[in-house]
Amino acid sequence: MLRLENVTAHYGTIQALKGVSINVNEGEIVTVIGANGAGKTTLLKTICGLVSATSGKVYFYDMDITNLPTSDIVAAGIVMVPEGRRIFPRMTVLENLQLGGYLNRNKSETKANMERVFELFPILKDRLHQIAGTLSGGEQQMLAIGRALMSRPKLLLLDEPSMGLAPKIVLSIFDIIRQINREGTTILLVEQNAHMALSTAHKAYVLETGRILMEDTAEKLLHNEQVRKAYLGEA
Amino acid sequence: MFAEQILNGLTLGSTYALIALGYTMVYGILELINFAHSEIYMTGAFIGLIMVTVYKMPFPLALIIAMAGSCLLGVTIEKVAYKPLRKSTRIAPLISAIGVSIFLQNAALILAGPQVRAFPVNFKSASIKLGQSIQMSSLQLLILLISIILMVGLHFLIHRTKLGQAMRATAQDKEAAQLMGIKIDRVISFTFAIGSALGGAAGVLVGVYFNSVDPMMGFFPGLKGFVAAVLGGIGNIPGAMLGGLILGIVEVLGAVYMSRYKDAIAFAVLIIILLVKPTGLLGRKLQEKV
Repeated sequence: MLRLENVTAHYGTIQALKGVSINVNEGEIVTVIGANGAGKTTLLKTICGLVSATSGKVYFYDMDITNLPTSDIVAAGIVMVPEGRRIFPRMTVLENLQLGGYLNRNKSETKANMERVFELFPILKDRLHQIAGTLSGGEQQMLAIGRALMSRPKLLLLDEPSMGLAPKIVLSIFDIIRQINREGTTILLVEQNAHMALSTAHKAYVLETGRILMEDTAEKLLHNEQVRKAYLGEA
Repeated sequence: MFAEQILNGLTLGSTYALIALGYTMVYGILELINFAHSEIYMTGAFIGLIMVTVYKMPFPLALIIAMAGSCLLGVTIEKVAYKPLRKSTRIAPLISAIGVSIFLQNAALILAGPQVRAFPVNFKSASIKLGQSIQMSSLQLLILLISIILMVGLHFLIHRTKLGQAMRATAQDKEAAQLMGIKIDRVISFTFAIGSALGGAAGVLVGVYFNSVDPMMGFFPGLKGFVAAVLGGIGNIPGAMLGGLILGIVEVLGAVYMSRYKDAIAFAVLIIILLVKPTGLLGRKLQEKV
């Protein structure tokens, strides 16, 4: 479904991706784990056109989407939930969700999509007219995911959804990520919390300083000694 | 007498508010002070004047064409002078803005000459009595009404339309806005279009009000519109409206008591606001970046 071929990208003057190739199949949850500064965020931003690839190709289905404008990539069905949630803090929950459905001009579809978001996150319905910046961290993460789902993406890119959240809330966010996947959305998940990511995903990549170091099923990587030492904090 | 001065202040202030909106909208989205805004205002006045004197158009039509012309100018300036610099240091587009401002002033000097021209409007000036002792000219009323209509229209656009929502989203977080599928280049163009149209309208209204148009006419109103925007909280749209009205009233009242310092009042206000409440009356607290 999504295929990156030898993608390089720069973040300022630093080369953040040094030839990354990954493959995401339809229906999967794929995770990319790695330390801070490994290039995870740059990878997602390159896929959705916020950072331009200096070489290499990004294919979505068989369409070459390398360096297309972000709005075209969103319209094609790839939506990213950015790191740090990045909800619109001075707008209401409702307006945030409406913006998530910005490209959909069909009002009844937008309404149906919103109902689906409320099923996943009932709390958002209670907070509908609250200013988004006043939500708790967990609620903001739910809003950010809900907002992304408003356009019914085929592929959802999640950047550090566990960041800054209490462990209990992280668990429920990952439950919902699995549920979204079961309902048919393919997910590419980038995480520092390697344990959560590997126990959720089907397939995993280990990214280190801009290069893919390992690639295997998440299950196998979870039990890989090198991974356990470097990313799971085990001796 | 006092109430009349307040009305005079509101009339003048409503034009400052229109100018301030252009500064504040652009700042809200690009964090750029568009110093060429005062020349967009001047150009609007000239277009209106030409439509009325050369093409003998009725005033409302001339106003609309002046707004359309300023709008086009504003969008062109953004494309030519700011957009190529969007990824460079913050000072670069600012310098570019000052360059555009000087260029447009001198272009107007070459094309129109330095002389001050009258703005003859075929408009019966009557005075309207409000209550027992308050009088207001029909021209003032017209200026106030047009300004209010434009501001209400802007408020509607920003809060009730999808495009307005996209503008607010872009102002709050450009990258997140892009992730919603918003074409932010288009939103930025549109912001310049609206802000410039309002500035052009202000140029025409002030040209008619003081019956004078010249290439340097944008200088003081431009600075005062900027002060009004800072007074209300730069980037804040209701703040620009409020700041404009307050500045107009303060200036008119101040001029009654110390007329020689009329133009200095605005800058005294700027200094005071920067000392006392640098974020402006309705401005948000600046977030400390970690």
